[in-house]
Amino acid sequence: MDELVERFLKKDRRALARIISRVENATPEGREYFRALYPHSGKTHIVGVTGGAGSGKSTLTGALAAAYRKREKTVGIVAVDPSSPFTKGAILGDRIRMQDLALDPGVYVRSMAGRGALGGLAPTISEVVSVMDAFGFDIVIIETIGAGQDEVEIAGTAMTTILVNNPGTGDDIQALKAGIIEIADILVVNKADHPGADVLVSQLRALLSLSPAGSRRPPILKTTATKGEGLDELIDAIDEHYEYLKSSGTLAEHRTEDARRQVLSIARQILLERIQQTTPEAELSALVDRIAAREIDPHTAAESITTSVRG
Amino acid sequence: MSTTTTAQIRVLIAKPGLDGHDRGAKVVARALRDGGCEVIYTGIRQTPEMIAEAALQEDVDVVGLSILSGAHLELFPRVIAELKKRGVDDVLLFCGGIIPEEDSKALTDLGFSAVFRPGTNTQDIVKFVYEHVKK
Repeated sequence: MDELVERFLKKDRRALARIISRVENATPEGREYFRALYPHSGKTHIVGVTGGAGSGKSTLTGALAAAYRKREKTVGIVAVDPSSPFTKGAILGDRIRMQDLALDPGVYVRSMAGRGALGGLAPTISEVVSVMDAFGFDIVIIETIGAGQDEVEIAGTAMTTILVNNPGTGDDIQALKAGIIEIADILVVNKADHPGADVLVSQLRALLSLSPAGSRRPPILKTTATKGEGLDELIDAIDEHYEYLKSSGTLAEHRTEDARRQVLSIARQILLERIQQTTPEAELSALVDRIAAREIDPHTAAESITTSVRG
Repeated sequence: MSTTTTAQIRVLIAKPGLDGHDRGAKVVARALRDGGCEVIYTGIRQTPEMIAEAALQEDVDVVGLSILSGAHLELFPRVIAELKKRGVDDVLLFCGGIIPEEDSKALTDLGFSAVFRPGTNTQDIVKFVYEHVKK
């Protein structure tokens, strides 16, 4: 184990890849690696890219990374695609849109399967991002699974969240609704070479003008990721947001909230594992059958299997 | 679906060279997905360097190469060399496509554990992966 950590700290990308697998799979070994590397994290600007399926998130992420490389920044990318709820298999196809970066030593792309996590993320994404952070990338970009109206979890992990919109995908009432639009730090209208881009920009601007006075209004930017257009402006907006986070004290707040969320989530996982260890499968099946037959309610059943962890 | 962190088998399906027909690669990727694998598909026209780099970054257990152009004895050794150069020496390798029977030995010698030709039942490929993967 020490050998792998040593290689990791010397920026060996294969060591990084191996450690990510163990951390992703939450093996006991993975937890040890995480413990060893966590102190090295906390330096990276973590950027989230979210938006609907087919909105151009992967292409935009690839183009954004290429633009960062022109500014001599190193970039780690975690791209999440959905797992099958039935077979747990997945097709991870985000790399297809990032071919230009394939051989750039300053870019590392890792595909992750969602494995049933909510919010367009993966169960251990925070840990994997921390490992990439510890590796020393200047920027880590998280690309979510195609998100709809309510996948807001990305804003907990990412410091700057970019919401990708497209022209021709609904009227301005969509943008008026609560949910994902509220977590956007930057609004991008991608595929800006398609008809309706300017209309969408003005609709979004009109809606943002309804925000409470004094609140930060996210900038609205047009990009055509396939042609690499609008990326320099996007990086400037990301940098500006990062400066705002630091100067306003919001970054420190974000770190605290993220830490709270992570520790509670891991604690929940540990408790669940403990309950599973102390509840034989036969006992659980019997309880489940009784619940389904309405002989007992789920609360009473849950209380009976959690006695060992409730002290 | 409940959340899981169980290790799924990770497979890279790649198409080296210039032929643009990836129906076979997609069918195999889909079969492995339905078999419970996490399949990274990188699309057509991959160079040996790109394939090896993707295998390294994604830390896959299995690499499957698909080729229809006839350049397999030209390109596959270069993929293997690039994998070795990066220290990726413990992945399960298989290949498929239009590959003449008489080339099988050369491919086995290169390190490929199986060659799947047109007409192969996709379930046989899934079974092969589960039986041979080094987990």
